[in-house]
Amino acid sequence: MAIELNGKTYETDEEGYLLNLNEWDRDVAEILAKDEGVDMTESHWEVIDFLREYYDEYQIAPAVRVLTKAIGKKLGKEKGNSKYLYELFPYGPAKQACKIAGLPKPTGCI
Amino acid sequence: MLHTVNKSPFGSNSLETCLKMATSGSTVLLIEDGVYAALKDSSVAETIAQAMGTVTIAALAPDLAARGVADKVMDGIKLVDYSGFVDLVCETDKTTAWL
Amino acid sequence: MSDEMMDEGGTIKKFAYINRKAPYGTIYALESLEVVLIGAAFEQDVSLFFLDDGVFQLTKGQKTDGIGMKNFSPTYRALEMYDVEKLYVSEEALAARGLTADDLLVDVEVVADSEIAGMLDEQDVVLSF
Repeated sequence: MAIELNGKTYETDEEGYLLNLNEWDRDVAEILAKDEGVDMTESHWEVIDFLREYYDEYQIAPAVRVLTKAIGKKLGKEKGNSKYLYELFPYGPAKQACKIAGLPKPTGCI
Repeated sequence: MLHTVNKSPFGSNSLETCLKMATSGSTVLLIEDGVYAALKDSSVAETIAQAMGTVTIAALAPDLAARGVADKVMDGIKLVDYSGFVDLVCETDKTTAWL
Repeated sequence: MSDEMMDEGGTIKKFAYINRKAPYGTIYALESLEVVLIGAAFEQDVSLFFLDDGVFQLTKGQKTDGIGMKNFSPTYRALEMYDVEKLYVSEEALAARGLTADDLLVDVEVVADSEIAGMLDEQDVVLSF
């Protein structure tokens, strides 16, 4: 599978995750978000940027438990809880946000 | 504790490490290519004999037979079949595999 | 995992992971790391032991671009966030390979093999890789 955008081709797996995370850009993120029914706002981008940075440093997508804790530390306590993250990404911050961020499906994510 | 070793001692240090980690009273069961450690007159026979002072050394008979070495096993090694393997697992609190 | 291995009635069990293989020649190291990360969700008392060539999993400065494999060594630094904080490295294995704790990319406790033997005896479950 693939996403065509502005003359560029982004290869994805059968679940719609980008195959090459280096190809990721904000334009394709918008498309991925649209497919998920997510309207991107500043709050969404904040989480997406955080996930990209986290992956860059540790080479994994964090488990939800770890993500909420780390977000709380970095972006403030009011954001470091699963309620906040589920409001932004109703089908699961791990699954949905990782997909929009162009990251592989998190380890252990069912 | 039951320890299993499934690599030949001539190509891997699994047995060596296992014997370092097996505390007194535990059982070391040789399976698959691990059974080659049971051969008498081999270069590890001395090591096995020494280990027998503190741990029980067992070997899986079908693996010995399959490899044509069933008649070359050193004295003091306990031979078990598959149901004996199961018994060993059940008798002990936990099992550690040395791969 | 079987029910017997997981907690019964909320008791926390001691889980040990034994790592004895170098990182890229076989899949053991990566598989172990993934099981540790997934298993962390069960919030058990986890210890990681690095013996024999397993100590090579933790060397600083791994660069895998040239072999077409993912460098998963940075992930060991994330373990702390998964509450996996007990990392024990065999003193003998390090020395035999000309390494010291300074060559490793995470904080570990360097322990003599004889002491590790005793620590393994105290575990409820031992998983080998």
